[in-house]
Amino acid sequence: MLIFLLRRLIQACFVMIIISVISFAVQDKLGDPVQQMVGLTVPQDERDQLREELGLNDGFIIQYWRFATRAIQGDLGTSYYYKQPTLEVIFQKVPATIELAFCAIILVVLVATPCGVLAAIKPKHLISRLLMIISSIGLSVPIFIVAIFMVYLFSIEWGLAPSFGRGQTTEIFAIWDSGLFTKDGLHHLLLPSLSLAIALMPIFIRLIRAEMMEVLQSEYIRFAWSKGLSAPRIYFIHALKNTMLPVITVGGIQAGTLVAYTILTETIFQWPGMGFLFMDAVSRVDTPLISAYLIVVGAMFVITNTLVDVIYGLVNPTVRLASHGS
Amino acid sequence: MREIKKDLIHHPVPGSRWSHIWSGFIGDKLAVFALFIFIFYCLVSFLAPLLAPFDLNDPAFIDLINAEIAPSWISQDYRFLLGTDAQGRDLLSIILYGTRLSLTIGLCAVAIQATLGICIGLIAGYSGGRIDNFLMRCADIQLSFSNMMVAIVFLAIFQSIFGIAMYQQLAMVILILVIGLSEWPLFARTVRASVLAEKQQEYVDAARVMGISSKRIMFRHILPNTLSPILVIFTVQIANAIVTEAALSFLGLGMPVTEPSLGSLISDGFTYMFSGSWWICVIPSATLIILILAMNMLGDWLRDHLNPKVYKD
Repeated sequence: MLIFLLRRLIQACFVMIIISVISFAVQDKLGDPVQQMVGLTVPQDERDQLREELGLNDGFIIQYWRFATRAIQGDLGTSYYYKQPTLEVIFQKVPATIELAFCAIILVVLVATPCGVLAAIKPKHLISRLLMIISSIGLSVPIFIVAIFMVYLFSIEWGLAPSFGRGQTTEIFAIWDSGLFTKDGLHHLLLPSLSLAIALMPIFIRLIRAEMMEVLQSEYIRFAWSKGLSAPRIYFIHALKNTMLPVITVGGIQAGTLVAYTILTETIFQWPGMGFLFMDAVSRVDTPLISAYLIVVGAMFVITNTLVDVIYGLVNPTVRLASHGS
Repeated sequence: MREIKKDLIHHPVPGSRWSHIWSGFIGDKLAVFALFIFIFYCLVSFLAPLLAPFDLNDPAFIDLINAEIAPSWISQDYRFLLGTDAQGRDLLSIILYGTRLSLTIGLCAVAIQATLGICIGLIAGYSGGRIDNFLMRCADIQLSFSNMMVAIVFLAIFQSIFGIAMYQQLAMVILILVIGLSEWPLFARTVRASVLAEKQQEYVDAARVMGISSKRIMFRHILPNTLSPILVIFTVQIANAIVTEAALSFLGLGMPVTEPSLGSLISDGFTYMFSGSWWICVIPSATLIILILAMNMLGDWLRDHLNPKVYKD
């Protein structure tokens, strides 16, 4: 177990180093900090002197080392556009994205689990066939098209929900701007989270169905039947538990997709979250912000992935054995 | 006599795999339909310069007087079958060219993925040991980032490096490279798994004893036996690559509006959705969805029929 943990940690550190090198290269190669700091009238030799003082003439590795030590202390530079430390700018936007992703995941879990289970226990039933057809089609519809049509139907044609922005937010614990506690905020949350959920749902319905069908074939389920347990108990307590394990791992893998999808949904709905901020930073060539975003998202990503793997390793002993063998 | 016949039938004939696929194929109407759609798309996009009613490079092609004309069955204007976009371009013509671009990018990107993935998978599977461990670790890491996320990040970086004007000229090459390089692990893992199984077979030992170089064993002897899972991934990945390209273009990181792919057409149309010109957005979206659906159906059918193990996680 220790070896497994250690391995995952080394891998996580390795990935973080690669991400930080990339984001450092972004910051280093794009734009000239000296030009950002001084006016047009400053003569060349003063610029050269400033360049020397800032250590911009040092080698790549020395500069990277400086960047990394500052990054560990939580200083990722100052945004050109907002004139604030980049981490502050990003953390102001984190709540919006997390609320959006969280609501979408809750929706997916609440809808995909029963649908997948139903499709697995009654594969011939009309509803489950319909579900499978819909999820096959859903798999082929890109998320931005889903979002566009949600906007078209719900906010242009029927005028049911607003199509952009976050609405009224309340501040809780002085750091978290939440839209979950006002009617207006929830109203604004409806379309973005729904389209994010719809885009993720087909994958999970199909996955849960496939895993559930495999589990239902296994010996212990047959034993449970012959023991005379009730059907709901077998399906929802005995089978579902083992179905969810692989689903959780794949869910962890889908975290990257979720990040990409939030960028897309946030752009379409102009949701003031991290993805929207990132696209803004790209169009403004705000390099410190871009590289800070890379590091923050990369870190969140590596942490979730490592956690999912470790939890999976704790729950499922075969993984540990496999890692011992190799 | 009967025994000889039996013997004959059971001998593997070259091309038997294809005839096996083909015979199962004809029996499945849905699969035939999907293949038909895919071939139709390929033909149409290949012949786009001949089929398009307007020439894209003609300066008269963009005419603001014709802007936002509804499709012919609504506006009764039969010059433009599917209507025009906000710049007065004939929608049918730009969709034809857009499909052509999307398909080209998808196919080229998957060709890169496949070459890279197959080579890495073969080397990892055949040599084993440290190299295998290292390559598969890399594949794990690469797989844990979704390719759309990687592509968004790298395209954003490239766009800031080159500046928007320069970037738009290079957009197609960069798109192909980024999408192509970001999803090789899927191929590599599948090929590696099949190679590990094939390596135990006697014909590989025989080839080795005969002194055939390992390069030749890998590519001429083992590779042909791993083709069925590759075929499945290939189909599904083309669909994925096209969706990724469309998403990137939608974000403004892909093809420019002057040289639109399906994604940039949809993105362009989205802005006019609020003013009631739904067709600029809806028709390219439908084109894209049908193409992806056909590819996914083909992939699903191949997977069910060949039943290879696709190692996704």
